[in-house]
Amino acid sequence: MELCDLSAYELSQLIHQRKASAVDVLKAHLKRIEAVDGRPGSLDAGEITAEDKKKVHAFITLTPERAQAQAEAVDAQLAAGEDPGLLAGVPFTVKDIFCVKGTPSTAASRILANFNAPYTATSVERLEAAGGIMLGKVNLDEFTHGSSSESSAFQPCPRNPWNTARVVGGSSGGSAASVAANEAPLSLGTDTAGSIRQPAAFCGVVGVKPTYGRVSRYGLIAFGSSLDCPGPIGRNITDAAMMLQVMAGPDRRDSTAALKPVDDYLSRLEAGVRGKRIGLSPDYFRIVYPTASGEYAEKAVPPDYEKAVRQAAQLLAQMGAEIVEDVPMPNTRYGIPAYFVISRVEAASNLHRFDGVKYGYRTAQVVDELKTLYRKSRGEGLGLQPKLRILMGMYVSAAQYSEQYYRRALRVRTLIRNDFEQVFDPAGPYRLDALLTPTTPTPAFPIGEVYGDTVLMQYADQLTVSANHAGTPGLSLPAGLDSEGLPIGIQLLGADFSEANLLQIGRAYEMATANATWRLVKPAVLS
Amino acid sequence: MTELITPDIFIHLVDLAALDLTPEQGEYLRRELNNQLKAIHELEAIPLAADVPISLHGVPYPQAISPALRADEWIPCTDAELIIAQAPQSADGYIVVPDIPHTTLE
Repeated sequence: MELCDLSAYELSQLIHQRKASAVDVLKAHLKRIEAVDGRPGSLDAGEITAEDKKKVHAFITLTPERAQAQAEAVDAQLAAGEDPGLLAGVPFTVKDIFCVKGTPSTAASRILANFNAPYTATSVERLEAAGGIMLGKVNLDEFTHGSSSESSAFQPCPRNPWNTARVVGGSSGGSAASVAANEAPLSLGTDTAGSIRQPAAFCGVVGVKPTYGRVSRYGLIAFGSSLDCPGPIGRNITDAAMMLQVMAGPDRRDSTAALKPVDDYLSRLEAGVRGKRIGLSPDYFRIVYPTASGEYAEKAVPPDYEKAVRQAAQLLAQMGAEIVEDVPMPNTRYGIPAYFVISRVEAASNLHRFDGVKYGYRTAQVVDELKTLYRKSRGEGLGLQPKLRILMGMYVSAAQYSEQYYRRALRVRTLIRNDFEQVFDPAGPYRLDALLTPTTPTPAFPIGEVYGDTVLMQYADQLTVSANHAGTPGLSLPAGLDSEGLPIGIQLLGADFSEANLLQIGRAYEMATANATWRLVKPAVLS
Repeated sequence: MTELITPDIFIHLVDLAALDLTPEQGEYLRRELNNQLKAIHELEAIPLAADVPISLHGVPYPQAISPALRADEWIPCTDAELIIAQAPQSADGYIVVPDIPHTTLE
């Protein structure tokens, strides 16, 4: 057992007690990165070699000198009898969609490959202020536009630590991979349609999408501004709770960061689930998706997945929870079509700022007028997925189509929100504390199998996207392995600002399965 | 379902979006746009009562949790040079761009 195999909580304890130094902890993690990560993602990376295919490739930019200075500062504070904070000496990685002053902040796009952020995102600032040590920036789908991390302009893209022929999920794929491969105990991700929860499920780790407004978006390069949520990824519930505790709360630099006081996520983490009402919905045991002929097909989630959810419900019931069956969430199936509209309109708006003028990539071609500069810089600098989102966003928000598409999608969003309000209403017929579902409709799929088919790829998020429309929190946690040895994730969904409750239920499940044989199995890259 | 994004509409969108595309990119993107619109088409079949309002975001922001607007105060930028230095081309503290030709609005 190396220091890098310990949890964030364990590391924080050891460092606070001065049984390990922050510098030694950092060294152990850098050594692990060197052993498993392979070459970092880069532009024009050339052929993906057989050796590349065995590695994780979580990182775009490693910042060891910066981390060393931070670790030394933490050790100095402890030597002086000061408390550096909850995350003293705990390493973490940052999805490269967050600005961190003095580091490349690329969004995994050629158009920002040379951009050095002049300021630091609030989430990162708070993690570092609590003693956390940033190891570097990790890979993602370009501008977070995807569900597999394959669309990154920085290749090789991340590969799943459990089976490097499989995707890590996305868009926070580098985050989930770095945590699963014990390259860092924590990572900062973002979730717009499931981009924390889906890769967490694929990589067998814990991911939390907080309530919209619970964590500041300041310093996050925006995709869908009404949907984006920064959140933690860790190997267990306690670590994720520690990270969220540090990041959550109001921020004068983000007007959507709610003024609501932050709950204490840690003190009642092990209070159990007695009396909690946990719902199961048939609408989360199937997905509905369009076929090539334009018809809609309905497909049940794999039997392993429904079984994992029902076994979790049974365990929670044995601990005193009340399981409520047949909870209707009828508008779940409309989450993806509505997302295709809303997220594209917001993305198109947000991506217009990348124009080759103020920062980032500018075409090397000699051009004689500004509009040509825009077209060539954006044409060369943006990848296919951002381009697709811009074009769709412009089409569905055009004056003549807006009522048919954009305004209609926003009204469907109201229906999706109503589903959540009804089942979590304390005076309603269901009065749920949480809804328990599978996180994803499939396990991690083979690299290259889905990429390019943007409709099929988007439906990977069908069980997660509704919480983004509704703004409500969600948590994915590992619940076993399927017949191919790939992680299965289960999801807890809750009412606005109920993160403490979800973490508490998740921790109860974790304690109930602490001795399960599947917990002894480690990702392939660690064996 | 017929293709909603015809080649002409696509060319117009690409122009509005200020994008230069290769023919291969154009072919892929137009196909995917049409495929996505087929999925979006499902929205049209949803019965929506006239009184269903739009939701610009999910979480309601009652006054109690909504931050007040900041005071409109001038705050000096301490690292303007650093920010200008990010521009692909600058001179004397200004960002340099090619000519913006005179156009007459029709």
